[in-house]
Amino acid sequence: MSLRTVFRRIMAERLAFAGFIFIVLLVLVAIFAPWLTPHDPAEQNLSKVLKGWSTEHWLGTDELGRDVFSRLIMGSRAAIQSGAIAILIPLFIGVPLGIISGYLGGIVDDIFMRIVDGIIAIPAILLALGITAAFGASLWNAMIAIGIIFTPQFARLARGQTLQIRKEHYVEASKISGGFTRWIILRHIIPNIAPPIVVQASFNLSYAVLIEASVSFLGLGAHDPQVSWGSMIQQGYSMIHMNPWLIIYPGMAILLTVLAGNFFGDGLRISLDPKHKLEDK
Amino acid sequence: MFLRFLLRRLLYVIPMMLITSFVVFSFILLIPGDPALTILGENATEERLRFVREQLGLDKPIPVQYFHWLTNALQGDLGRSIFTGELVHETVFSRLTVTFQLVVSAMIFATIGGMFFAIASVYFQNSWIDYFARFLGVIGSAIPNFWLAMLLVLLFSLNLHWLPATGFTSITKDPVQFLRGIILPSIALGAVGMAQITRHLRSSLLETMNSEYVRTAYSKGVDKWRAVMRHGLRNAMLPVVTTIGILFGNLLGSTVVIETIFGIAGMGQLAVNSILQRDFTMLQGVILVMVVLVIVINFITDVVYAILDPRIEYD
Repeated sequence: MSLRTVFRRIMAERLAFAGFIFIVLLVLVAIFAPWLTPHDPAEQNLSKVLKGWSTEHWLGTDELGRDVFSRLIMGSRAAIQSGAIAILIPLFIGVPLGIISGYLGGIVDDIFMRIVDGIIAIPAILLALGITAAFGASLWNAMIAIGIIFTPQFARLARGQTLQIRKEHYVEASKISGGFTRWIILRHIIPNIAPPIVVQASFNLSYAVLIEASVSFLGLGAHDPQVSWGSMIQQGYSMIHMNPWLIIYPGMAILLTVLAGNFFGDGLRISLDPKHKLEDK
Repeated sequence: MFLRFLLRRLLYVIPMMLITSFVVFSFILLIPGDPALTILGENATEERLRFVREQLGLDKPIPVQYFHWLTNALQGDLGRSIFTGELVHETVFSRLTVTFQLVVSAMIFATIGGMFFAIASVYFQNSWIDYFARFLGVIGSAIPNFWLAMLLVLLFSLNLHWLPATGFTSITKDPVQFLRGIILPSIALGAVGMAQITRHLRSSLLETMNSEYVRTAYSKGVDKWRAVMRHGLRNAMLPVVTTIGILFGNLLGSTVVIETIFGIAGMGQLAVNSILQRDFTMLQGVILVMVVLVIVINFITDVVYAILDPRIEYD
């Protein structure tokens, strides 16, 4: 299936299309955040705390008089960065390990899969917290931890797919005719196991945004002057009886991002499924 | 046959426990530099440093450290808290009874709610309740649980004054107070689960409702309610058993945020406090107990699934 077909199929799914557009916009906002913020997101103004909407501060100010709208824009960076790391680390570490394990088989594979199963048994958020605690609580370490926790899942997925493909006749034929292992993996295995891995990766954006927000909410991720939607909610919660909007805005930002990621992932899964009948318009 | 299946599953669980226990143990190894110094800070006294090094067994080679830690853990001894000096296993197990009540309440909420919406949405397909159930299924898995918790507190505690915003009473002490305190945390914790169960049960119910035997039942004159409940649900519940089993681990992990918000002194809160205080022996203890619980629950889920599904092959 060509990339163009896949793209056209996703665009045919309305929600997936909306999700895709939202994510693209969010990535752009995250990249150009410093130029988009009307105010310095870290600038405090104690004469203007907890203000509501105004033409100067579109979404009001927080308990330190910082501009909420600017902080929301800046917070998209933490979300998109965690999403990117949560996709890249598993893809570049988990997937190769899984392919090698599945391709080699035997005792190496057995041991490797037991290790992977063992790590997956640990609830994701606990693993993220444990790693963050060990490395030291910071946004960067939290993001690395999020990348690490998804790595075993990708290894397991890649390994399972490789096991299936390895038995296909064309792979066997390539082996018999003297193909090098590296050639077989690059030419036959990777292109054929890619679709389910790409789908899984697209969902990782959502998971990563949720976990980063939780870790930052617990005070183990972003610290001032860094901004994360999770830490905005944490700081806003102490002011909930004065101005509940301080938690509502960042919460909506997280919810919309996760929804967009899920819709896009669902659309991608349907579009990449060759068995799925969809009228190609 | 069944016994052999049980044995095989058990043989699978043991190496898994060993590996997870090593991962939990190795959090200490990840600390950069001298862990004792990192944990206590620059101003630590020599005496405190020695206590921490001894508690963590840092003076010995890594395999020996792990072996010591594991053999002690197997005897129920998880060491002493670096921060307070309490026995870790005593603290963890007293917190476990609290977390257990919370997680079970959330599971009950998720299962009953999920089954209700799934059945209603299949029975009244394409009605408003079906759309509402599908909406819940989508929103529920995207909403951050700590944010949902805050919205619930905002609405039901701060505005309507119906339920307390914080506090936990054990069910054995005062069942009425327990119920009042557990409702909001259970909803916040169980919402994700409810969404998952709704989605999975709905699609698996729809599938069974289109199967031949349900259509045969229809043609024999069985009414719709009976077809859904007797013929459909029985078979549709099977894949949901696995969903519920996996859910347990997720909910257990999510207690770290929910217990923090509602001020519930359970394992989740203990884990967060241990991290903030850099109390690594306590953190290892909490995570180890949680992980063992998850593995045991997964094992039970597998066995229940095997008992429920007559088609499963034991090999």
